Amino acid sequence: MSIVHETITLERHYDATPERVFQAFASPEAKAQWFPSAPDGWTFRPGEFEFREGGLETSASGPPGGELYHNTTRYHDIVPNRRIIYSYEMARGDQRISVSMQSVDLFAESGGTRLVLTDQGAYLDGLDNASNRRRGLEPQLDQLAKAVLAGSLQEGAS
Amino acid sequence: MFAALADASRRSMVERLGRGSASVKELAAPLSMSLPAVMQHLRVLESSGLVSSAKTGRVRTCRINPAALRTAEDWIAVRRADLSAQLDRLGTYLENS
Repeated sequence: MSIVHETITLERHYDATPERVFQAFASPEAKAQWFPSAPDGWTFRPGEFEFREGGLETSASGPPGGELYHNTTRYHDIVPNRRIIYSYEMARGDQRISVSMQSVDLFAESGGTRLVLTDQGAYLDGLDNASNRRRGLEPQLDQLAKAVLAGSLQEGAS
Repeated sequence: MFAALADASRRSMVERLGRGSASVKELAAPLSMSLPAVMQHLRVLESSGLVSSAKTGRVRTCRINPAALRTAEDWIAVRRADLSAQLDRLGTYLENS
């Protein structure tokens, strides 16, 4: 059994105040308008929405007639208009795929907000995600590629 | 590449190399396998392009060949693209609300 750790950092500038950006995460109505990714006619089912420290947020999505992917999020640290830190696990059916920590950092800057998203994931072996299932990669190769990924990417990046 | 990865010993070797380069002796250690047997597996991995090795003095050092991991890099790229698309949707939402 192995784990692959992967960190993704993304940065954006929005022409909106930190208050408005924060509200897009805090309000279920607002978040429903941008958060769900629904490729190829996938459905998205929102569940719990407890935007508070210790609160739970759940949702499920999946292809028509196919197995559902479940997202279970726990909010850990919320500083209004400044930062949000949460952990989430993804499961396909009842099988866990990954456990990740994600932080959203908001900085007021001229004309709006700089958002820095950092996603630190632990991907469990033998499982893959929706994207590479769609790509039809060999499960075994996936498993192995994930196992060697961290090291080789570090090498490639240096 | 699929054939190269079909064998449990070779998978174990590749997983080990994923944590950093290693000598043939280091690869053999956890496998309770003779050095010639490990060399044989290594040749299969090398012919697949997944692993390369170089000999310095008496030590042959093996490493993963990142270029062979196109599909894994694709996978990372897709992960990043999913999150990136999400932040783009947030931007669209902020512009239009």
